[in-house]
Amino acid sequence: MQPRFDTGRRRTLGQNQLSGRYFRRRAWVALLGVSLIFLGLFARFYYLQVVEHSRYSSQSEANRVRIRPIAPNRGLIYDRNGMLLARNVPAYRLEVIPEQVGNLEAMLEELANVIPLSETDRSRVQRLRKLRRSFQPIPVKLRLSEADLARFAVNRYRFPGVEAVPYLSRDYPLGETMAHVLGYVGHISEKELARLDEKRYRGTNLVGKTGLEAYYEDALHGEPGFEEVETNAQGRVLRVLRRELPQPGEDLHLTLDAGLQQAAYKALGQHRGAVVAMKPESGEILALVSKPSFDPNPFVTGILHRDYQALLSQPGRPLFNRALLGGYEPGSTIKPFMALAGLASGVLSPDETWYSDGTFQIPGRKRIYRDWKKGGHGKVNLEQALAQSVNGFFYNLALRMGIDRIHDWLAPFGFGQVTGIDMPREKPGLLPSRAWKRAVHNSAWFDGETVIVGIGQGPFVVTPLQLAWAVNKLASRKDLPRPHLKKMTEPWPEQSRLDRIPPAAWEQVQKGMVAVVHGAHGSARRIGHGLPFTMAGKTGTAQVFGHKEDATDEERKVEGLAEHLKHHALFIAYAPVEKPQIAVAVVVEHGGGGSRVAAPVARDVIRYWLERQP
Amino acid sequence: MNPLALFRWHRPDWVLLLTILALFGFGLAVLYSASGHNPDVVLKQAVRMAVGLLAMLILSQLRPIHLYNWAPWLFAISVALLLAVLLMGSVSKGANRWLDLGFFRFQPSELMKLALPLMLARSLARRPPPLAWRDLLQALAWMGLAAALIIKQPDLGTAILVVASGLYVLYLAGLRRRVIFTTLVLMLAAMPVVWRFIMHDYQRDRVLTFLNPESDPLGRGWNIIQSKIAIGSGGLFGKGWGQGTQSQLEFLPERHTDFILAVVAEEFGLLGVSLLLCLYVVLIYRGMIIAMEASTPFNRLLAGSLTLTFFTYVLVNVGMVSGLLPVVGVPLPLISYGGTSMVTLLTAFGMIMAVAGDKPFLHR
Repeated sequence: MQPRFDTGRRRTLGQNQLSGRYFRRRAWVALLGVSLIFLGLFARFYYLQVVEHSRYSSQSEANRVRIRPIAPNRGLIYDRNGMLLARNVPAYRLEVIPEQVGNLEAMLEELANVIPLSETDRSRVQRLRKLRRSFQPIPVKLRLSEADLARFAVNRYRFPGVEAVPYLSRDYPLGETMAHVLGYVGHISEKELARLDEKRYRGTNLVGKTGLEAYYEDALHGEPGFEEVETNAQGRVLRVLRRELPQPGEDLHLTLDAGLQQAAYKALGQHRGAVVAMKPESGEILALVSKPSFDPNPFVTGILHRDYQALLSQPGRPLFNRALLGGYEPGSTIKPFMALAGLASGVLSPDETWYSDGTFQIPGRKRIYRDWKKGGHGKVNLEQALAQSVNGFFYNLALRMGIDRIHDWLAPFGFGQVTGIDMPREKPGLLPSRAWKRAVHNSAWFDGETVIVGIGQGPFVVTPLQLAWAVNKLASRKDLPRPHLKKMTEPWPEQSRLDRIPPAAWEQVQKGMVAVVHGAHGSARRIGHGLPFTMAGKTGTAQVFGHKEDATDEERKVEGLAEHLKHHALFIAYAPVEKPQIAVAVVVEHGGGGSRVAAPVARDVIRYWLERQP
Repeated sequence: MNPLALFRWHRPDWVLLLTILALFGFGLAVLYSASGHNPDVVLKQAVRMAVGLLAMLILSQLRPIHLYNWAPWLFAISVALLLAVLLMGSVSKGANRWLDLGFFRFQPSELMKLALPLMLARSLARRPPPLAWRDLLQALAWMGLAAALIIKQPDLGTAILVVASGLYVLYLAGLRRRVIFTTLVLMLAAMPVVWRFIMHDYQRDRVLTFLNPESDPLGRGWNIIQSKIAIGSGGLFGKGWGQGTQSQLEFLPERHTDFILAVVAEEFGLLGVSLLLCLYVVLIYRGMIIAMEASTPFNRLLAGSLTLTFFTYVLVNVGMVSGLLPVVGVPLPLISYGGTSMVTLLTAFGMIMAVAGDKPFLHR
């Protein structure tokens, strides 16, 4: 069998030999060239290494000027009034230069007798020892205590190659109150090392891991400086020849108010939950609290493995930022937005009434949707329906609007999408729609689902931040710039569907929300007593366990329930209604109904803020 | 025996194999010193070497007829991948050379370094010398396509190496002497135009730095100056393994990759450099002898052009490190840390070994 293609083998032997001879001649010429070039290369090295040897040798001796990076000071973080939230504090760290220590393991053992070393410290030394060269210092322990420092000073002679080096460490004076907002810095991990610009981080030990410290890492870090130092032949520094100072990182000024933040943190008490407060007519966030929280300071020096595991395994998940990542059903807090949607789309006329007998049925269907009050609320108009949170009114409204119109009118409030806040990892929540159900469940939308979306249940998911942004739009009666924590001018949305909502509709919904707090039958009338200002609010309850269709009187139902089975309590509010100064969203996990625990939290936060306004 | 069987089992060329193994041993020793005594780096490189060797030995058993048959496909795939890089490659250091396949990253220009000589060797194998104009133009078209795609990345260094590999095929296939000389003259004449209109700023920078490294001693000239100091201070016998102050104190940049030869020169002196160059000469001579003894024109052209391309790698790196040529990012063949060029080179040697085993009356 012959090859499919002619490789030249089939040519007559004579021809092949001819081209072979030709090839050999050319190959020899090439080899001659190669040989000459190699001789040239050898000559070059002979010239450099033998003829010029003494010259380069002395240059190499003199070659002791090295360039060392100087880490920049990290930018500070202030609240809106200039109060310091993240600062740099002078501290000492223990460093070891491996090549100056005979047996690193033995030395660490001995050192541990003088200064307590954790497992985290030891494993870091082992890890960095592989990454760095033997004459480069490795941090053994960060932020030595006064006692450790003193003990080391006394025993220093025993540990050649180990030094206590001054540096600036990061400190968060408000601790757990601010932990979820600020995040924290920590040791640069190998993964981060690969991502970061090596030139900028050559002298840096700490990098933003979460929260604002991570989001604004680039600006906070600053530009490193350099110093030219003369070294001896072993690389030890003899003196500094020239120094180019580093450029400190930019300071970060926040819209956050530390006092309000603390007030909100305190108001939540022992409950798990989140509070987000915003300034109306802007995207400024005044407070952003998630509870339980954690102390960020141990993370800066390297948290002990044991402590970290403890944080992870706590049932309240203190590392979890509920304000941005927690997803909750909006429950009845969606009703003011539904009302606006109904009025704006013309489906709901302003003077419409509804007779509540305690139940609701889709015409021609069997299933019964209930009011929370047994026997119903009687005949109610829109304001009363909001004040008493009458489910039937909104079942009816939702059914008449249909899911598409509901989706189109709730979306501009910011539900179902990320707000764009200047923090890492925000959750988008979920605003149900026909398209969503088709994409995720691959099935058609049913009217029964529309009905429960009308009272903020079903697959509906919001984050506390989204809810606060939506309430702020309610208070401001317009679309707003994206929420932000850094003081800056954010662009306003150019046009919005919200502009099409008539002033009378905003006014009417506000009336209903005022009645929630101040009305005789308002669902949160308990907090309205003796308030020196007028406040608009709305209660809500997010279901935890599965009897979503009959939302009967949760407040009574939950009394005897175990804590983890209780519903989540929600409350949204803004005040004063004449000229809103603050908009708040509160979620209290397992708090039962919205009025009992969530409303007082919102009231306390608002009262604190209004008492301090001029 | 079926002449179309994929493999023809035979003992691989032992001169090539032993020389490569010697280079690897030498390379690992230098790498340990150049990486600051980091066993992880050495281990990683050793694993790459082992994988590359395995690929080379498998390839060495292949019948070159299959390379002949696959050549157009390989070339087409290379062109397609280069296009893909231009469209969606990942950018590193301002140039777009990598294709991210998720599990590993891959430089299609490396594939082209092998695909182009294969393609040209195939298309010129049946043409008796001297080379006809028509064949020359066709070959130049292939070369131009490959070079253009790589220059676009932009990666002038690799483009030059790829073009060189093609030129070697043309030369060995019998390009007329008249044409060679005319081209050389024209190229010299065209240099000002290339300088002014074709080269990128960074390329002009490199050439200027090469011509006068002292003009910017702390910036662009640093590499060359420090490299020359390292080499010169090494002297006849070197400062000893792990004792090079230039490399150990980190004055020498890229000391375990492109500039590893300076570490060799500093720590092992002229003696070490000579040994290294001798090993390269052995590889090149052996490769050319295999080409000359090959049984078919395709085999001859393939082995000859791959060997000469290998020589070009050596020349460009050695010239660059010793300050004879401008700095282009070409690693020292089979010694520098890194897997990309190692795989390409070992594949090439696998093909040369395959040619060595493809004798019509081979006695086994």
